[in-house]
Amino acid sequence: MTPPDHTAMTTGGRCTSVSIALAGSGGAGVMTAGNMLLEAAAHAGFYAMMTRSSGPQIRGGEAAALIRIATRPIDCMADRFEILAAVDWENLQRFSAEIPLDAGSLIVGDPDVGRPPEVFTRTGAAYAPVTLKKIAKGIADGRPNMLLLGLVAGLVELPEAALHDAVAKTLGKRVAALAPSLAAMAAGRAAAAAIERRFSLATPPPRESARWLLTGNEAAGYGAIKGGVRFVAAYPITPATELLEWLAPALAEVGGTLVQAEDELASINMAIGGSYGGVPSLTATSGPGLALMVESLGLAVAAETPLVVVDVMRVGPSTGIPTKSEQGDLNIALYGMHGDAPHLVLAPNSVADCLLTTQWAVQLAESLQCPAIVLSDQFLGQARAVIDEPAGTGDAVIHRAVAAPGTTDYQRYALTDNGVSPMAIPGTPGVAYTADGLEHSERGTPSSQVTDHTAQLDKRRRKLELTDYGAHWADVEGDGDLAVITFGSCTGPLREALAHTPSLHVRLISLRLLAPAQPGRLAAALAGVRRALVIEQNHTGQLFRYLRAECDFACELTSLHKPGGAQFQPGELQQHLLEWSRA
Amino acid sequence: MTGRMPRSVDDFMACACAMEAEAAERYAELADLMAAHANRDVAGLFAKLAVIEGKHRDQILEQMRWTTAPSSHTFEWETPEAPETTDPGDLHYLMTPHHALKLAEHNEQRAVEFFERFVRARLPAAVRKAAAEMAEEEREHVRLIQEWLAKVPPPERGWDDDPDPPNVAD
Amino acid sequence: MNQTTTSHQASAPGDYKSDIKPVWCPGCGDFGVVNALAKALAKMSLQPENVGIVSGIGCSSRIPAYMSCYGFHGVHGRALAAGTGLKIARPDLTVIVTGGDGDGYSIGGNHFLHACRRNVDMTYIVMDNRVYGMTKGQASPTTEPDWDSKLSPDGTGLREFLPMVIALASGANFIARGYTGDPNSLAELLVQAVRHPGFSFVEVLSPCITFRPEQLEWKKRVRAGALKPTADMTRATRRLLRDDGFDLGVLYAGSRSPYEPRGPRATKDVSELERRFVL
Repeated sequence: MTPPDHTAMTTGGRCTSVSIALAGSGGAGVMTAGNMLLEAAAHAGFYAMMTRSSGPQIRGGEAAALIRIATRPIDCMADRFEILAAVDWENLQRFSAEIPLDAGSLIVGDPDVGRPPEVFTRTGAAYAPVTLKKIAKGIADGRPNMLLLGLVAGLVELPEAALHDAVAKTLGKRVAALAPSLAAMAAGRAAAAAIERRFSLATPPPRESARWLLTGNEAAGYGAIKGGVRFVAAYPITPATELLEWLAPALAEVGGTLVQAEDELASINMAIGGSYGGVPSLTATSGPGLALMVESLGLAVAAETPLVVVDVMRVGPSTGIPTKSEQGDLNIALYGMHGDAPHLVLAPNSVADCLLTTQWAVQLAESLQCPAIVLSDQFLGQARAVIDEPAGTGDAVIHRAVAAPGTTDYQRYALTDNGVSPMAIPGTPGVAYTADGLEHSERGTPSSQVTDHTAQLDKRRRKLELTDYGAHWADVEGDGDLAVITFGSCTGPLREALAHTPSLHVRLISLRLLAPAQPGRLAAALAGVRRALVIEQNHTGQLFRYLRAECDFACELTSLHKPGGAQFQPGELQQHLLEWSRA
Repeated sequence: MTGRMPRSVDDFMACACAMEAEAAERYAELADLMAAHANRDVAGLFAKLAVIEGKHRDQILEQMRWTTAPSSHTFEWETPEAPETTDPGDLHYLMTPHHALKLAEHNEQRAVEFFERFVRARLPAAVRKAAAEMAEEEREHVRLIQEWLAKVPPPERGWDDDPDPPNVAD
Repeated sequence: MNQTTTSHQASAPGDYKSDIKPVWCPGCGDFGVVNALAKALAKMSLQPENVGIVSGIGCSSRIPAYMSCYGFHGVHGRALAAGTGLKIARPDLTVIVTGGDGDGYSIGGNHFLHACRRNVDMTYIVMDNRVYGMTKGQASPTTEPDWDSKLSPDGTGLREFLPMVIALASGANFIARGYTGDPNSLAELLVQAVRHPGFSFVEVLSPCITFRPEQLEWKKRVRAGALKPTADMTRATRRLLRDDGFDLGVLYAGSRSPYEPRGPRATKDVSELERRFVL
């Protein structure tokens, strides 16, 4: 049974969501065209999201820009693409799983370069041949990708003015390219008029707030700065590199510094050094880098040094698939440190949420004087989206509790009631101390006494357990005696699946604070729930096992998980939920 | 050549055969490479050149009544690799057939010059004669490439213009 | 190219290339290394099954898959360690470690120092393009201080890492510099490197056409044969003082003994070890 197609909903014959794939190879420029389409949609008042797929070649290989345009906020890609428009078909069948089509879809291609691969045509999608190359040749400096852009914009009735602005903005100083691009787009638009099948977008609602266009990585970088980070040490790794490349100039603009370290071991230790010096510090990496960092994260726990590590998760284990998303680093984030080393683990659940979660992570790390690992992922990190102005945590920069100068008999690791002991910042007279990974007394002197060890372990755990994490610990939405529990980028398709299935009365709990576990809050959120399903994107059900270990469940708890490499789709989840709810 | 120069016709023709064989193999590799980067036109052209060089190699085999090409590792070329072998550093993923044929022309020209050195060298007459014949062969190849070049359009302005940024593959 | 079967006596460069086609950018210098390495192995008549090629992460670390020898594509920066383990456990194999300047001199820097010191009999080939190619263009330790990149706008401001100096100071027994635009000379260097006992280091200038197209100018800057081998540390050191990074050839061919496990080794039966516990 085909799941009901809920994403291409129509309002009076017009679409509230359209998904377009622009594909081609060998320097066709489909990414550029895709970005222009995204910008045009943004200018025209739509919400939108773009992801990308490419072959293993660094240049010239097959590539697809995947764009979804909608009249309401979106946090995921749709179940099917309305349009697949390609400059050529070189190796594009490798993207067939990422560009699902059906009988309602349209394929546009150049008959002079061959027929679309069978894997696309056998879906029953309509095929509209357009002699892109020929038409482009008739325009001075005309390029097929711009023709395709104009054509696709015509099929969805994206306003020309918005497209014009987007193209002009993207081309920037290359003014010589503007006229040919516009001419090519116009020709494309004209060619669209001859195509019967179209997917005219409904008018977007008027803007109620500012709109932003950014990636999850950029949102996380900005959230870090908002939280107060002014020192970053990092080593490039896919898919975190763009977060660092955004931060490098941005930090400098606000008086901070980013240093490229020789590797992740250096990065984490540089960040710890910076934080010890009193400057909120951060590093960003992916799974393999986090694996290198765990020893030093333990140091940050033991020495009670605030620190944020953003892990933009990719498919593992080991080198894995660097360009695809997975939620497989929960285990190492929770359990990677040797010894008992309580710390914070958080996860943003949308592109916009990367800002709030990272900002909050900085605030928590600073106030609780411990490391916070932020589990973002490749999908969120690299998706470029048009969103409503994102919320921050609403708080100003949180400053860590610092020791006053000249405090008599200063005890760096004093056993306070709430577990947080003021930290002396180098430069402050009278309170100098030596931070230590060795177990220590309240004073900070290394100690092998079991009493000190127990007292410090209790302190480090107490400070995390006694904190009131407020409303941000999770997003709890909807109601019913069924519940789904998830985190990260599974949230987007889940929200969409539930929004389009009113027959399902399901409470959604998207955890933002993963560690320390919140059994009490989770139990409260599950009040009245008979059955709960834990949904995640990894092979072994890491969240499911963690929750079972940490919490008691009055309701039945089962697991739905699949490995990374392909995001959950709203329709796929809807299908699972309907079956599960009836079981 | 470093080391020894061929002093017999057999040695010399083995060298010439190795050259054609290496050129053919290299064109075949480059054809695969360009195909992997969706440059069908140049991939096809390199594939054709691989066949052509293969035929040159086969002609020598036939002439010498050899069944297999003698192994080439005893020959050491003075120039980067064999004179007729394309330097992979000279490629661009967006290169046009014109560029590819210019490379081929350059390769054949180097082969001409290479053989002419043997003609002028102090070698047995039979070897010098064989070298002169090979040089003339290569000159003919240059002419054929040039004819081919005349039929192929020159690169358009902006031939190497790719607006998309490079990809991360790893 | 055909995969070599174990019964076939490999002797042509084609025998050392696997059937997996490289996806490096057309124009990449790394092709020259595969060709030179294949030529070198053919010249030495080494059987592919007796050669282990170990690499880390990066464009140049893809080499093992493109050759028909035994290959190990490990984690970033640790290829020398893996190669060391392979060679010490299996001294009968020819071990060749390959990688780039990021993998080898940044995250791998520590292992580089100690591999030179340890002087295990293996060959380390670094394809130096002065950039991190695979992650789209960040500065590497050999990048010039004022090279602008997104991660280091206005350049790193750091003095470049000098691999030949570090190798010589740390005890590498054979040190050479090659260039991928000159594959036959490179093949000759690789033959010498593999044949020379102890740790052989070959720094290969390998232009990156995608992120550093200006490196195509290297063609005009390199000086073939400018380095002449010496076994004298002092001479080699002095020679390096006037090295601008573009002199090709063998800098140093020393006479340190390659690594051997110290002390006597026997082949006693395992049960004989119990004697020391029994009362």
